[in-house]
Amino acid sequence: MVFGIAREIVGNGSVTIQVNDVATVAQLKKELILQYPELAGLASFAIAVNGVYATDDMIIKQADEVAVIPPVSGG
Amino acid sequence: MISDIQISSATLDITSCINRVMDPQCGGIDIFVGTVRNSTKGKAVVRLEFEAYESMALKEMQQIANDIMGRWPVHKLLIHHRTGVLAVGDVAVVIAVAAAHRDAAFDACRYAIDTLKQTVPIWKKEVFEDGEQWVAAHP
Repeated sequence: MVFGIAREIVGNGSVTIQVNDVATVAQLKKELILQYPELAGLASFAIAVNGVYATDDMIIKQADEVAVIPPVSGG
Repeated sequence: MISDIQISSATLDITSCINRVMDPQCGGIDIFVGTVRNSTKGKAVVRLEFEAYESMALKEMQQIANDIMGRWPVHKLLIHHRTGVLAVGDVAVVIAVAAAHRDAAFDACRYAIDTLKQTVPIWKKEVFEDGEQWVAAHP
């Protein structure tokens, strides 16, 4: 799932990234930037796994709901 | 503490929000209302577009409620955030806090909006006559 400006960069509300069976959040971020270099120009972006902010070392599994979270601006 | 946390594209009703948290046990109610400003850095704003990762935003807002419950003697907390296209002057968010005394109400309300702005996955895009930009997206 991709939101906000990240969605505009990727061109879609969702994106499929090929990783090995087991991937870390850090690997996913690297792969995302490789495929969508504009993401690196953002002030920051976070990854959420199953609705929880993830640290780089967290492992992502097949069934996880993963979201790309660009800088938030609610309120 | 009772919490009322909602995200919806419907117009927010400030009076209704206040009424929801009023309680005979509470002597102080603090309200924060976030509205759409008509300009940013000197540029006239045409509209704002709000987007939310709803399931996670509700979770993060609930976390704010949990934090508040642990830190202040708040009796009722309401956080209502609107999504969709908002015009200048429209209400984007209402936070209402009721406590026995005003100190907790003021502090918890401030904490709620400050934290919401940092952690809740909601985004706003400013639309100008000649372009648009996602707030805070770029350094």
